[in-house]
Amino acid sequence: MASDTQESPAELNFAQDGDILTHAEELVLALKQGDSERASALLDYISSARDSGLYNEVGKMARQLHDAMDNFCRETRIDELAEEEIPDARVRLRHVIDMTQKSADKSLTAVENTLPKCDSLSARIDELGSSWQHFKKREMSVEQFRALSKQLETFFVEAEKDTSDIRNGLNDIMMAQDFQDLTGQIITRVIELVEEVEGNLVELVRLTGERMNQGDEKKVEKSAIDAEGPQVPGVAAGNAVNGQDEVDDLLSSLGF
Amino acid sequence: MKILIVDDFSTMRRIIKNLLRDLGYNNTQEADDGLTALPMLKGGGFDFLVTDWNMPGMQGIDLLREVRADADLASLPVLMVTAEQKREQIVEAAEAGVNGYIVKPFTAQTLKEKIDKIFERIEAGG
Repeated sequence: MASDTQESPAELNFAQDGDILTHAEELVLALKQGDSERASALLDYISSARDSGLYNEVGKMARQLHDAMDNFCRETRIDELAEEEIPDARVRLRHVIDMTQKSADKSLTAVENTLPKCDSLSARIDELGSSWQHFKKREMSVEQFRALSKQLETFFVEAEKDTSDIRNGLNDIMMAQDFQDLTGQIITRVIELVEEVEGNLVELVRLTGERMNQGDEKKVEKSAIDAEGPQVPGVAAGNAVNGQDEVDDLLSSLGF
Repeated sequence: MKILIVDDFSTMRRIIKNLLRDLGYNNTQEADDGLTALPMLKGGGFDFLVTDWNMPGMQGIDLLREVRADADLASLPVLMVTAEQKREQIVEAAEAGVNGYIVKPFTAQTLKEKIDKIFERIEAGG
């Protein structure tokens, strides 16, 4: 070790197998006596003895950490999680976005196609209702009655088709809800994966010891106005308002 | 009235477009974030801006700031429709000059009320 590269303390006549305290006492004595050569050699010796102890400790710790990590990897399938399951979860979650998007598009298309039919049906009913009132009050000529009769016949045919289209539209909206079951299953699997990863991280923190606890102070300060996306029930919401009424109250307190 | 709807999710843009149509506003255009919206707004002709907050590219709050900083757009009414609901964010949007703030999920009635209120205030010169 260090003593191999230095002047051998043995040549200066002190025992190398004594404890540090003995050598320290000898060092004080040498200093008092003004024997700087001996003091310097003793200092070197004490320092090298301490270094070699430190190296041994570090070596031991490195070995322990290596073994612990080895066991950790064997027992927790961390490789599989990192290489396969997390990328896989990402693909699954993207698929959830695709499915909800398709479902929303399908529903919106059905609504967009159905609403005009409802509006037109309602307008024609209004028109016929008004004509019917004229008829009841005997305010209608024979010609007008013939026209009304023809209008009614056309209306019955059209109304049947329109209500059938509206029914189909509503069915499309209902069928578009099938995403909930599928996305629910996918998200449940991703939650299980997150739980497993969380368990592994806790274990990793335990293995690496208290040093991890000191990391708390280094948490990146988030700005209070950074976008956070929708509030999720059960997830800490911070200083969030609860619904539109509270937004209105807050804004009116600001003079809005 | 020509309205620009800015949201990164096409579903939300469609919902807002349909709700606006029901309220009688048929002339709408869409953009998927602030970076796309800003040149459209600068192109001129828009009377009203409805924007989300959280979007890739340029966020809604930054789009609002850009609008207020542009001499031609500074007085454009802006309604924010967003899932962001922290008090600091609402105060920030108010300070940046937003005219209305709606949190998602919202109802057709809320949208109507806020739009009516914005235009009432503008007509009153406030």
